[in-house]
Amino acid sequence: MNKSNFSIFTLVLAVFGLFQVSTVKAGELAEAEFDAKEMIMHHISDAHDWHVAGHFSIPLPVILYVPGSGLDFFMSSEFHHDDNAQVLAKGKYLKYHGVIYIADEHGKLDFGHEVPIVGNEVAEELDLISGEQDEALPVDAHADVAHGYPNNAKPLDFSITRNVASIFVSMLLLLLLFGAVARSYDKNGVARGIGAFLEPLVVFVRDEIAIPNIGEKKYGKYLPYLLTVFFFIWINNLMGLVPFFPGGSNVTGNISITFVLAVITYVITTVSGNKDYWMHIFWMPGVPVVIRPILAVIELIGTLTKPFALMMRLFANIAAGHILILALIALIFIFKTAYMGFVSIPFVVFMSTLELLVAALQAYIFTLLSALFIGMAVAEHDHGHEHGAEAHH
Amino acid sequence: MASSGIAAIGVGLVVLGAGLGIGRIGGSAVESIARQPEATAKIQTAMIIAAALIEGLALFGVVAAALLVKQ
Repeated sequence: MNKSNFSIFTLVLAVFGLFQVSTVKAGELAEAEFDAKEMIMHHISDAHDWHVAGHFSIPLPVILYVPGSGLDFFMSSEFHHDDNAQVLAKGKYLKYHGVIYIADEHGKLDFGHEVPIVGNEVAEELDLISGEQDEALPVDAHADVAHGYPNNAKPLDFSITRNVASIFVSMLLLLLLFGAVARSYDKNGVARGIGAFLEPLVVFVRDEIAIPNIGEKKYGKYLPYLLTVFFFIWINNLMGLVPFFPGGSNVTGNISITFVLAVITYVITTVSGNKDYWMHIFWMPGVPVVIRPILAVIELIGTLTKPFALMMRLFANIAAGHILILALIALIFIFKTAYMGFVSIPFVVFMSTLELLVAALQAYIFTLLSALFIGMAVAEHDHGHEHGAEAHH
Repeated sequence: MASSGIAAIGVGLVVLGAGLGIGRIGGSAVESIARQPEATAKIQTAMIIAAALIEGLALFGVVAAALLVKQ
């Protein structure tokens, strides 16, 4: 068992090793002015390569589709750490603030004014090498950057970004973990080792989340989804708290990912909604007929706000936690003294401990509310009375 | 600059409201558990759901404020 796990792990390492690793000499770079906001945004947003340490990052595949001219595939190392539209990849793509654009005929981005360059050491270095000292650079470039959205066309970006790669790692971890759990049961159905550790969690999701909210009869159909979403969110939350390489990406603090999770819950709720559920939405029983159409509108909006709140809660909780920890670290660099570490490190340790709790709690809440919504959709009411079913218990 | 000041005040108000709300939930839950210790599990679940709903609302405010600052 352990042997096969190990071989898969080495395989993954080998695959990562195949990617050409690009590095930049740190000593030659000028010290840039520290910008806490930019540092924090950079850390919590998605990226085309996986930053490990210093100027060392793992290149990830960039997959672009331009309608009309087809698919393009290259490694993100072709951008050479550039994030300021200085390096052309494949002769036509430029990366600017994490977004890939198609360059115009001069191989530049079209801002309608000077291209702002801020704090990108690599770009500055490249300028030095090619001897192109651009005198026209705005001194107070920050003002331009805030409104600097290029007019260039964007390709459809299907890249394996840091978040996607991180999800792959989490998926692999979950597969290994639960594969090991499945094998850890002996003939009598008693779990040993890892199985004995994870079984209570599975039982917890079943007995405390699925059964009370969906009901004894119907929970079986939805339990796989609830378990999947619980462990997926939890492991990604935990991976996000690991500050170094295999972790460190902000998967559950990315609104696209929580959006997809919420949409899955919404689709399951909508598809499995029974007659009573739709009746309560469109023609609420037990209220005067005049009010029913008004309630229908409110209830209809309500079906959408529920998954919206689900999406927002997970995203904002995790992103806020990351921002807080990064802001505490940033204090050291803002005050430019190592002694600040005596203040901020204990706070970071405290916050990280709290985030460990939040990681589990948010996974629990997402699963619980999903179960609650599904339970509402499949609940059978006695005579259209909201809490009739519960009152009989 | 003005919008970020307003956003800061807004976040303060949001946190104030959420704090009051979650505080009341927590207080009531502790009181109920003291009265009926055997119902602890059920009370805790209800408490967490209610707190999560309030927190979701508070985070809407925070995200809205963040968007305001970013503009």
